[in-house]
Amino acid sequence: MTEPVEERVRGPRLLGPPRNRPAREEGARGALIAVISTLAFMATAIWVILTSDAWPAVQRQFFNPEKIVDAFPAIARGFWLDIKLFLLAEVLILIISLLIAMARSLRGPAFFPIRALAITFIDLIRGVPIILLILLLGFGVPALQLPGVPRSAIFWGLTALITSYSAYTAEVYRAGIESVHESQRMSARSLGLTQIQALRYVIVPQAIRNVIPALLNGFVSLQKDVALVFVLGIREGVREADIFAARTFNYSGYVTATFLFLLVSVPVARFTDWYTDRDRRRKQAVSN
Amino acid sequence: MVAKLELRNVRKSFDDKVVLRDVDLSVGQHDVICLIGSSGSGKSTMLKAINLLVSIDEGEILLDGVDITASSVNPNQVRESMGIVFQAFNLFPHMKVLDNITLSPRKVHDIAREEAEERARDLLDRFGLGDKVDEYPDRLSGGEQQRVAVIRALATEPDLMLFDEVTSALDPELVAEVLNVIRGLKDQGMTMLIATHEMGFARDVADRVCFLDQGRILEQGPPKEIFSAPSEARTQQFLQRIIDAGRL
Ligand SMILES: Nc1ncnc2c1ncn2[C@@H]1O[C@H](COP(=O)(O)OP(=O)(O)OP(=O)(O)O)[C@@H](O)[C@H]1O
Ligand SMILES: [Mg+2]
Repeated sequence: MTEPVEERVRGPRLLGPPRNRPAREEGARGALIAVISTLAFMATAIWVILTSDAWPAVQRQFFNPEKIVDAFPAIARGFWLDIKLFLLAEVLILIISLLIAMARSLRGPAFFPIRALAITFIDLIRGVPIILLILLLGFGVPALQLPGVPRSAIFWGLTALITSYSAYTAEVYRAGIESVHESQRMSARSLGLTQIQALRYVIVPQAIRNVIPALLNGFVSLQKDVALVFVLGIREGVREADIFAARTFNYSGYVTATFLFLLVSVPVARFTDWYTDRDRRRKQAVSN
Repeated sequence: MVAKLELRNVRKSFDDKVVLRDVDLSVGQHDVICLIGSSGSGKSTMLKAINLLVSIDEGEILLDGVDITASSVNPNQVRESMGIVFQAFNLFPHMKVLDNITLSPRKVHDIAREEAEERARDLLDRFGLGDKVDEYPDRLSGGEQQRVAVIRALATEPDLMLFDEVTSALDPELVAEVLNVIRGLKDQGMTMLIATHEMGFARDVADRVCFLDQGRILEQGPPKEIFSAPSEARTQQFLQRIIDAGRL
């Protein structure tokens, strides 16, 4: 264990290139190793799966090309509805939760009622499983048959999603608001800005920057959870896959839906990572 | 004549800790008062109380003879006639220098953007920072940042300025440029209350020096008196420590 760390990492000098290799060559070699080892790993995994006794049955039930082609149009149409619901919900969530977080961070006795309301909303909503909220609003409210109140399942499903996610996202924003240095608030107030002006022009813009990665994580999460409204009978992607499975006794529709969801969420997840990384590096560069 | 600013029997505690006790202070028109005292003696709290950024428990703070701690007074209005600059993190990092300066004139004083920007440019030129208009704060030196913070406080044309150790986060070679700005304000007759650890500066610029000790103004007088013949033992000790540290 007396061998220096560097030496161990790079392997015996005899095989490796000289020690002061330029960084770029080092990076290229690293990438090559990564690609080769990944391919080798995947090839092994695929080989193990394809040669197993269970594979033919699995393929017939889950990866049946004919069934996938068959199921695709309806599921894709349903998935498109998922995307539209997601985008609409996300925009509203970002706005509503910000307002809740701002309400929550107001100080002074005059704002106590607003603050209390925000905290109550957050606590209550976060304590209820999202699926329960969807069932409650989606089945419960239309059943009341109140005059002037919408009965559409989509409307109430969306409302449930927005309500639930707004409570969580408000906490994300609040963490951001609290991460802004107290002097910033003092400076803003000392210039005569009201609390709300100080939040709007000074605190919130900085807060948002600090929580973008967390907000992006919320995107990925919501993009999947949108599918929960299928319990209300809304014919979105998962519902269509379910119908297909019930009709054909084949699960390739589920796989199709899975693939469609991954197609959207994986890039967003990668983007989040990339952004977070870049952000951290930039902060380090500033503080150095 | 009514004093510009007057503190009467001001008391403030945080939880059980008394931070200001029975503070009496009168600041005349055009006076420059320096607050000195060891860390934790209450200098910052006093300045924040005057700016209504912390509420006091007892006593009165009179600005032009009006008690500004009364509940009928709108704190935002009070702050409009007062400028304050802190030790650090004054500037808003997401705004350019120009926007930092014009924010309050535009949003609080309802001045049109063009006019506010023109005034801001004039001020920046006057303080030798004309070329920094479009920079973001993190691209300025610490001294430049503090000078911009002073300019920003001046942009709403206050007639009382509060400074809270505005140079103590700066590298020594940057201190002078900031202090010179304050000297310039004195020459224009600005009324100022300055908390500082720069004893040479205090001796030079102050009409009166107040020594704060455990939340009390233990001693006050012309700098000559305080620095060369302090009557209180605690003041002597404090000054001795400063001298030992080579800062006087
Ligand atoms: N918000 C707060 N909550 C609780 N205690 C506080 C608060 N602000 C200040 N204090 C306490 O009040 C005392 C006086 O603080 P203050 O900042 O006014 O001192 P100071 O003279 O400005 O010191 P320094 O020279 O270090 O800036 C300190 O003991 C401090 O811990
Ligand atoms: Mg202080």
